[in-house]
Amino acid sequence: MDTSIAAELADQATRALADAADVATLRALEAGEFPRAAWDALDALGLGGALVPEARGGAGLGLPDVMPLLEALGRAGAPVPLAEGIGAAALLAAAGIDAPPGLLSFAAAGAPVPWGRHAAHVVIVDGARVALHAAAAQHWTQGSNIAREPRDTLAGTSAPIAEGTLPNAWGNDAARALTALLRSAQIAGAMQGALALAVDHANTRKQFGRPIGRFQALQQQLAVFAAETSAVSVAAAAAARAAEARGIADAAFEIGCAKVTAGEAAAKGAAIAHQVLAAMGITEEHALHHLTRRLWSWREEGGSERFWSARIGALVQSAPGPLWTFLTSRDQDPSA
Amino acid sequence: MTGLRFDLRDPPPGAAALRAEVRAFIAEHDHRWTPEIRARSWMGFDRDFTRAVGARGWIGMCWPKQYGGAERSFLDRNIVLEEMLAAGAPVGAHWIGDRQSGPLILRLGTQAQRERFLPGIARGDLAFCIGLSEPDSGSDLASLRTRADRIEGGWLLNGRKIWTTFGHLCDWMIALVRTSPAPEGGSKHQGLSQVLVDLRAPGVTIRPIRDLVGEQGFNEITFDDVRLPEDALVGQEGAGWAQATSELAFERSGPDRYMSSHPLLESSLDALRDDAVAAPALGREVARLWTLRAMSTAIAGMLQDGADPVRQAALVKDLGNDFEQALPGAMRALRDVDTMPEPMRRMHDYLTQITPTFSLRGGTREIMRGIIARELGLR
Repeated sequence: MDTSIAAELADQATRALADAADVATLRALEAGEFPRAAWDALDALGLGGALVPEARGGAGLGLPDVMPLLEALGRAGAPVPLAEGIGAAALLAAAGIDAPPGLLSFAAAGAPVPWGRHAAHVVIVDGARVALHAAAAQHWTQGSNIAREPRDTLAGTSAPIAEGTLPNAWGNDAARALTALLRSAQIAGAMQGALALAVDHANTRKQFGRPIGRFQALQQQLAVFAAETSAVSVAAAAAARAAEARGIADAAFEIGCAKVTAGEAAAKGAAIAHQVLAAMGITEEHALHHLTRRLWSWREEGGSERFWSARIGALVQSAPGPLWTFLTSRDQDPSA
Repeated sequence: MTGLRFDLRDPPPGAAALRAEVRAFIAEHDHRWTPEIRARSWMGFDRDFTRAVGARGWIGMCWPKQYGGAERSFLDRNIVLEEMLAAGAPVGAHWIGDRQSGPLILRLGTQAQRERFLPGIARGDLAFCIGLSEPDSGSDLASLRTRADRIEGGWLLNGRKIWTTFGHLCDWMIALVRTSPAPEGGSKHQGLSQVLVDLRAPGVTIRPIRDLVGEQGFNEITFDDVRLPEDALVGQEGAGWAQATSELAFERSGPDRYMSSHPLLESSLDALRDDAVAAPALGREVARLWTLRAMSTAIAGMLQDGADPVRQAALVKDLGNDFEQALPGAMRALRDVDTMPEPMRRMHDYLTQITPTFSLRGGTREIMRGIIARELGLR
């Protein structure tokens, strides 16, 4: 990966999000409005084709290159479905289908489609089969996660606009694994955002005549929060490198490890953030809950800690020889 | 919060071959290791094994060849450390010299000190320990009172160090001592220096302290008018605090901060291979291990690049200690102790007693979190 490209993409997204979205955007989104201004600003950057090969008109970047961008999105509470668009375009390209313009989302067959009601097109992945559908032609049952992000269910689909097959490297569970990877990076970002709010509050809120952040009890809690945040960021980045090197299917172990780490950390971080911000963090006006409710939501999407732990456990139980041999056999081979 | 940033690295070229070499070497020795020895891991002291490791060029392997090193990278060294810990090899006789004392002498020692000590450490002949804690100075280390006073031709050392791991088995200590009084109203971090102490010198008394397992792991070492030569000083007089804290990225970032319980995870997996109920809990531990390994390897790469990831090291140590400390409890939740196969049970029993030390040694959990909190701008 080229770290300068990755950082530049993240900077672009951070600036655009800072200009075009704020807590009012998240509030409106959760009330059912589509964040048009924010979407137009982000869409104009052309980041949706980040993972699409240059030959297909994309930026030809790899998964590790978009992790910082997804963290930036997470820090802002992901007010627009940029992660979904990047993932959907990557799936389409892998299946040999050109991505149509407009808002794109994707899901495994039968799973709720993030932002489905707002999408122009949706990509449904059933095993290795990828189908592109016009969203308006579908019958949607609207739903949401506890962050009140749109998570809409398709009641059957009409004939697809285009169909294709994923290469073997994507495997039979690509939508779930890709979602797990995207959400892990977003969780890292949302934790960074919530941590910043908590630290800022600890440094300004005074009790007993001094900022509460001067108390070691709070310092120790926030240090745990920061450590968990770093762990998620490293895990997501490491999983992305594995997926880039070996394909999504062969990186299911690493992606699962990242998602387990992210899901556990999300719960810990959210709990600490609320403890530090106390009653203020519980109010509707405060920005914190937009991030913590996303942490609690995103840990469920693309497989929970329970789901991936069971899968990882079964995998290591069936791998012959020591666990250590299994783990190290998965290291990237620089000569390969 | 740049101090909490990690840059990931791929394994170095030849990584797989180096791992295979270390594994073949371990296979020649591991039949002698009981479950307790494996569970003791880097707290196991075995000079013969250490000399065999030295003969392979795996001690001081990043040091210049002229001092007995192999001029390999930190990432290569990290592979050797990982393999030793994964097997529960008794590496205690060279662990401190390789990790801390040697690098310190290489970086700040005189030419004569390098030539005198480094080849011996690299061969596995010279075992080093660290003299930091004192009876009244633990986490508040700068309050230490052991003094080295200038005398004709050297220094006179008086005071006491405690909790010195393997002090009774080692040859040399690098001690942090006071060489001049803290300035009036100034910082107590000033006036400290690091000195080399020959543990067989007259005036050195080593009193073993039995630990809760019933073993003699650590000691109290008293210095009564111990005469140190002029060249006992390492680095700059009065700069001991900065020198000692600059070693911390080396001390705190390695795989020894999350793999101390690893042999138990291996023996548990052996015992629980067919237990479908255990799969999620095993998977959870493996996921955490995988993440910690990515973080720790990233720090090895940052050290290789010449960075000083001291805050990242504190962070990984804290997370790693939590993991290795909780592991016996996590495995116990999967199998009643009296039904565990023998190696698993014996490792479980040993580690249950010794894991409280994991978040004490090398700086307590509270100190690590204080370092992170400072980076967050809270103190």
